[in-house]
Amino acid sequence: MAEPILTARGLVKRYGRVTALDHADFDLMPGEILAVIGDNGAGKSSLIKAISGAITPDEGEIRLEGAQINFTSPMQARDAGIETVYQNLALSPALSIADNMFMGRELRMKGVMGNVFGKLDKAAMAKFARAKLSELGLMTIQNIHQAVETLSGGQRQGVAVARAAAFGSKVIILDEPTAALGVKESRKVLDLIQDVRSRGMPIVLISHNMPHVFEVADRIHVHRLGRRLCVVDPKDYTMSDAVAFMTGAKQPPQDVLAA
Amino acid sequence: MAEAKSPAQEFEKGLTGSSTDVASFEREGKTFIERAQHALHSNPALVPLIVLMLSLGLFGALLGSKFFSAFTLTLILQQVAITGIVGAAQTLVVITAGIELSVGAIMVFSSVVMGQFTFRYGIPAPISILCGFAVGGGIGWINGFLVARVKLPPFIVTLGMWQIVLAANFLYSRNETIRSQDIEAQAPLLQLFGAQLKIGGAVFTLGVIAMVVLVFVLNYALTQTAWGRHVYAIGDDPEAAKLAGVKVQKTLMSVYTVSGLICALAGWVLIGRIGSVSPTAGQFANIESITAVVIGGISLFGGRGSILGMLFGALIVGVFALGLRLLGTDPQWTYLLIGLLIIFAVAIDQWIRKVAG
Amino acid sequence: MLTGKDTAIMTTSTLKGALLAAAAVLAVSAAPGFAQDVSACLITKTDSNPFFVKMKEGALAKAKELGVSLKTYAGKQEGDNEGQVQAVETCIADGAKGILLVPTDSKAIVEAVKKARDAGILVIALDTPLEPLDAADATLATDNFEAGRLIGAWAKATMGPEAETARIAFLDLMPSQPTVDVLRDQGFMTGFGIDPKDLTVIGDEDDPRIVGHDMTYGTEEGGRTAMENLLQKDPMVNLVYAMNEPAAAGGYEALKSMGRESDVLIVAIDGGCPGVTNVAEGAVGATSQQYPLLMASMGIEAIAQYAKDGTLPKPTEGKAFTDTGAVLVTDKPVEGIPSIDTKEGLEKCWG
Repeated sequence: MAEPILTARGLVKRYGRVTALDHADFDLMPGEILAVIGDNGAGKSSLIKAISGAITPDEGEIRLEGAQINFTSPMQARDAGIETVYQNLALSPALSIADNMFMGRELRMKGVMGNVFGKLDKAAMAKFARAKLSELGLMTIQNIHQAVETLSGGQRQGVAVARAAAFGSKVIILDEPTAALGVKESRKVLDLIQDVRSRGMPIVLISHNMPHVFEVADRIHVHRLGRRLCVVDPKDYTMSDAVAFMTGAKQPPQDVLAA
Repeated sequence: MAEAKSPAQEFEKGLTGSSTDVASFEREGKTFIERAQHALHSNPALVPLIVLMLSLGLFGALLGSKFFSAFTLTLILQQVAITGIVGAAQTLVVITAGIELSVGAIMVFSSVVMGQFTFRYGIPAPISILCGFAVGGGIGWINGFLVARVKLPPFIVTLGMWQIVLAANFLYSRNETIRSQDIEAQAPLLQLFGAQLKIGGAVFTLGVIAMVVLVFVLNYALTQTAWGRHVYAIGDDPEAAKLAGVKVQKTLMSVYTVSGLICALAGWVLIGRIGSVSPTAGQFANIESITAVVIGGISLFGGRGSILGMLFGALIVGVFALGLRLLGTDPQWTYLLIGLLIIFAVAIDQWIRKVAG
Repeated sequence: MLTGKDTAIMTTSTLKGALLAAAAVLAVSAAPGFAQDVSACLITKTDSNPFFVKMKEGALAKAKELGVSLKTYAGKQEGDNEGQVQAVETCIADGAKGILLVPTDSKAIVEAVKKARDAGILVIALDTPLEPLDAADATLATDNFEAGRLIGAWAKATMGPEAETARIAFLDLMPSQPTVDVLRDQGFMTGFGIDPKDLTVIGDEDDPRIVGHDMTYGTEEGGRTAMENLLQKDPMVNLVYAMNEPAAAGGYEALKSMGRESDVLIVAIDGGCPGVTNVAEGAVGATSQQYPLLMASMGIEAIAQYAKDGTLPKPTEGKAFTDTGAVLVTDKPVEGIPSIDTKEGLEKCWG
């Protein structure tokens, strides 16, 4: 079996008297879609925040491609190649698609205009954005300078995923990508996720939607009471099993139990 | 994307045969109104520009050459120079979804520092002017610190700072006015922006030129640099901007500091305009600048609008004020019409936002 | 209102005489400390205007001399009636014997003043009369109409025959036309020989010499913009009336930027030090000087006197209030109008 690309061991995070992460582990294999499920308050969002740099764990270690990492901000995680698509998408509605794709990593013009006057290379950014959206089959876009707020929910998700996939990232984390979408748009986004995976990009998918999880995930990480309870293969278990594990109604068999 | 694949979910069977268009961005069959709405959405300075042209036309028709002369039109520019410069500072803060109530106080205090340092302590004027800028920038920095780091609401921070700076201004200046004639004799550099450039009947003061240059420089910074894009993104949704990798606190601090520096510039220009250094000047600058910003189509909710719109907004107010005075109407009509314009501008803003819906 | 009989010649020395007379009326006690238990309040419009700063100075000095314990209050800004009402209430609660009040809203404060008087407190209006005037026990003020009339008459005499064809710009205070604004403006017109029509309204006149009225809010900034507007209406303006000196200074800047500063005559009212200096240097032709320090010290004396024997300051003869004097300051005196030169004006100036 290949080495995991991203691992976490013994993560602990406490907020006052509440322990959100209680020695949690995590493994993501190259090229897979790993779904993370857990009941509300199980600590899955703390887990994701720790991996994406939004919080710093009190204890434990995180390794990316074998090297230990200590993120203190999402920017550092992003620079290291971990891109997160947040539930609110982190898009600026009034700005254009191109502006949003390059938010925080704009391209400057070459030469004096760029170095001294900080002029942005808008043409290059538009070209790049258009190319990336085309790659992901999102290109019926005619106007890359259109404001994001004029797009539908699914289209916005598409822009956010395209942004995450566009910048040579190693891992993409998707937080509830289908939660706010209708049936038709959810379908498009699920197809998009598989499309991204088919390019060899590993994906962490956080979702409450069991049908979606069981459709696209290669493995399912069940989080409970602040730690990894088990990792199951969706082909071996039913959705009811997963829900039962997650809520504690049923104990998972010994062979899938986390160490 | 997946095509002609059998539905993965049982309940999605109904989707077979329905349109697979997700990212089709152009809707068809737009009405004229929708097109207009869209045009305004992408060019926020268009409405104030149209209103400015209409009001110029209106007063031109009513007053003829008395109004439509190079001299009168450039006089309007002179009369709005201060509001335009302070409005530029206000614009930066408003785009970040903040509000800056202390602009006028910072302006007048900076001008008092420039004047009093020169006359009370005998410091050479250029150094006093730099001190004035330092004071303006410093106050802006404190505002920025309190808003960005301590996370206090901008309204409260600048409301407090307004009172503090104004009180400091009166205490420090001992309510003394430095006379124009003294400044002219001893430190004419302070009156630099009052210097005039005459081209035919047109009269441009350096203050007017400073305003125009400032607005164009800031327009460039806001639209053509990463900093500008970040300022808009923060006003739009600070959380999203932060998650997308914008250094929100740093950018906010820079916005308030730059705004303070611009107010100091306004203070210097103010000396050129009124000749003297007066601690009672600029009492309405905050309201006037907010008026220019709002009429200029910049959203008080942040993230939208163009600084060019603010310039047009300030000019609209200037055109109405002078035009109505030349018509000999009661000055109260000016306020009444400006009030209407403000409400009209905000209504337009709300309507344009619906394009997002 | 003022009539011609007040134009009796008044030289510098007679002015001093008048002031002495006023002091005599007040019968200052020679024994300081007689009023040990007398406490008083001074309530001004704001703390920031040099006029009130000077007034406070005068009151504090006189209070110290007479042994009156004085507390001072002010509204937060011009027009802050609520703040003044609170100050009056504080003074009532504090058991003050007298209140010196510069009303910011001469009508709205009357109710609070009535409460104070019902509580046995002597209330003296300074600078601005209450409406009605007898709402206060006494009023010590500049005769603003007379101040305006003086500069009007001086301008007329200075211009000579040109006065018949003068083009006059009026730099007034604000659109709401507060009493002080109206009195000065209409006083100027009367002095200059313009028919002011209704003496309580600015703007109902039809004299063709009037170019227009514009608002300055009493500031340099407002003065400049107002002057520019009026010059737009008629570039031939050759006489400017300014309701106060900052407005005059702003108007002068506007004239200067159009190269008109030397052929336009400016007259103003106030007598602040920068204003008098402007007269000395010729930027402004003449100004009517008023005496805030005197108002305040006379007010304190009146309270001390009242506490001692219950007598009130008598109104100036022919007027409903005690006139603290307005004196024309100019270096170009004209016959028939009493004036002092700028040297003397600078000695007496405030702010």
